[in-house]
Amino acid sequence: MTPIEIAEKLCTLCQVCVKKCPSDALSMQDGKIVVNEKCTACGICVRTCPEKAMSLRNLPKKAIAKDLKDYKGVWVFIEHSDCKIASVSFELLGEGRKLADKLGVELSAVLLGDATERMAAESASYGADTVLVMNDPLLKNYRTQPYLAGIVQLVQKYKPEIFLFGATTMGRDLAGAVATKLRTGLTADCTALDIEEQTKFLKQTRPAFGGNIMATILTKNHRPQMATVRPRVMKAPLKDAGKKAAIINETIVVSAELLPTMIVDFILQAEQNAPLEDAQIIVSGGKGMGSAKNFDMLHAFASAIGGTVAGSRKASEAGWISAAMQVGQTGHTVRPRIYFACGISGAIQHVVGMQTSDIIIAINKDPHAPIFSVANYGIVGDVLNIIPQMTKIFNEGSGNNESH
Amino acid sequence: MALLLHIDIVSTAIDSQYCSEKVTIVHIVVCLKQVPDTTEVKIDRKTNTLIREGVPSIANPFDLNAVEAALVLKEKYGATVTVISMGPPQAKEALRRAIAMGADQAILLSDRSFAGADTLATSYTLAQAILKLRDAGGVDLVLCGKQAIDGDTAQVGPGIATRLNLTQLTYVSKIESVDADGKHITVERKLENGVEIVRGNLPALLTVVKEIYKPRYASLPCLIESLAYEPVVWNAKQISADSSQIGLEGSPTWVETIFSPPLREGGVILNPGDENYDKEFSGLIDTVKKIVAEERSKLVCS
Repeated sequence: MTPIEIAEKLCTLCQVCVKKCPSDALSMQDGKIVVNEKCTACGICVRTCPEKAMSLRNLPKKAIAKDLKDYKGVWVFIEHSDCKIASVSFELLGEGRKLADKLGVELSAVLLGDATERMAAESASYGADTVLVMNDPLLKNYRTQPYLAGIVQLVQKYKPEIFLFGATTMGRDLAGAVATKLRTGLTADCTALDIEEQTKFLKQTRPAFGGNIMATILTKNHRPQMATVRPRVMKAPLKDAGKKAAIINETIVVSAELLPTMIVDFILQAEQNAPLEDAQIIVSGGKGMGSAKNFDMLHAFASAIGGTVAGSRKASEAGWISAAMQVGQTGHTVRPRIYFACGISGAIQHVVGMQTSDIIIAINKDPHAPIFSVANYGIVGDVLNIIPQMTKIFNEGSGNNESH
Repeated sequence: MALLLHIDIVSTAIDSQYCSEKVTIVHIVVCLKQVPDTTEVKIDRKTNTLIREGVPSIANPFDLNAVEAALVLKEKYGATVTVISMGPPQAKEALRRAIAMGADQAILLSDRSFAGADTLATSYTLAQAILKLRDAGGVDLVLCGKQAIDGDTAQVGPGIATRLNLTQLTYVSKIESVDADGKHITVERKLENGVEIVRGNLPALLTVVKEIYKPRYASLPCLIESLAYEPVVWNAKQISADSSQIGLEGSPTWVETIFSPPLREGGVILNPGDENYDKEFSGLIDTVKKIVAEERSKLVCS
């Protein structure tokens, strides 16, 4: 049965619901409004029907398999490679702290690896009350299977109510498997987390439809409430080397022979520039730049101000910039101190990748370009004139001197 | 014009079992989703809702990369390629696209009770169908796109792998090789900071990124033929689905609310024609200069 009930007596076949449905789940067939499998039960049709003819079907309350009250605590998965903790894990410890405080529970870091002592201490200095450690040579480098087995073992023993992972390749590879094994809810790529006052549920807010829409998700009857969180959106707390945490060591129960994968090699990406995500000043070009040649002036400007050149999806598809330097929903998320948007219209799929920049400076000929509604400074002009002009100013000024 | 005949799904796969030894990849299943083209979707700022009119439904781009990878393996190893999709009757169009490219058969999982499924219920439904195919004649490899461009979760692939105990390999950018004994597959995975080369046991499930292979264009005769292809349709009963694990009932996550993303506030607009322009422009330059200098000094000190 479908999640939506339609009172046919009230329905006037105006089809407002059909137009408003974000999932294309409604259509008119044989003189009736019909709901199909695409329905996500978001309730937009219920809210927008002028005749109040639609309602969400009340499902019988499920017998809850486990007692939710047994689940306590906020956990953060500590992602690392080469014994270096990924910055998203620190960001999650910061966010996790806020959630744990609102709930009045402990914040635990979950660390699987080999030679984990220093990383455990680091997790403590970023605010974890407890660090759950599984130390084993099999866990030295991430692989789905042993990590899945270890995490599931820990969750079944210690029962956290919330479990956060970074929305990185590692986090998304692992969390999807863990949530399925535990038969619990997982929300992907969250950009905001909060605790609902009355129910104490975790409110998980995330972009969908390529960033066109935001959805707030709850996992009401299953535990732990799992979420992967977008990197560079939450703020990492300050490190306090004086902070100590309780270390709990657990032994992973897994057999080496049964592990289905073997890492053959890892080829580090040749870094010509600093990784885009770390850049504090970004000069980004879009379709309005017009040609690959015109990107030269962006490189010149970036050199003059110590910036990194990036681009929109259109620029990447045109070959004006490598895919690795693409900013946006299907590219990278960046949060530099300054983001120059040059000849970029500002479609939502691009904006979601840079909207947390401190300062956005947009240059575009079109006064109606959507980029101007998110830019701190918007110059309505020809980027091909303005960029060289600015480059000249910075090359002439103190920017090019060695000494200060 | 020759019509593509409905191929008996069972017979092709079973024939391979009569070979004296399992050589390599014999049967590949590709999971495909029909999605709205979210790159074309816009927000109506007056009502804060999506404008869906005129937005075409397409085969999820990453899933077409998966179909292409399957076809490359088909050409190399003579495998059979079955494409499956969970969706309404309209999703047949997306399946036909895969048939036109060269997939051998397509199955639509369609049932009203699948509606409202989150990723857990979706992976359950797809896994049930793959189990049915496995029981009929074996499945060596399952290919999925890394994520759907509407849900953007990337969770269904790992969900299916976990349920069916398939070796999980995500973000695959290249299939390097399949061992001659058909027991292992070696792939490249595209991670944030580099490329990982992993060897995994078969049967496996791969989620692929767009770098893997560019989806081929179907020839016009193939496109025309595919229009006549009728995918097999399986409902909940036919895949032995447990009603408590499908659709809304089988979904632990619940959409509380949907809203359009809050707009960042716009700031100062500078028009070169205006009398204030020079002043505002200098102000902007000063702000930038200050930050540039601060960042430069960090490099010097470190």
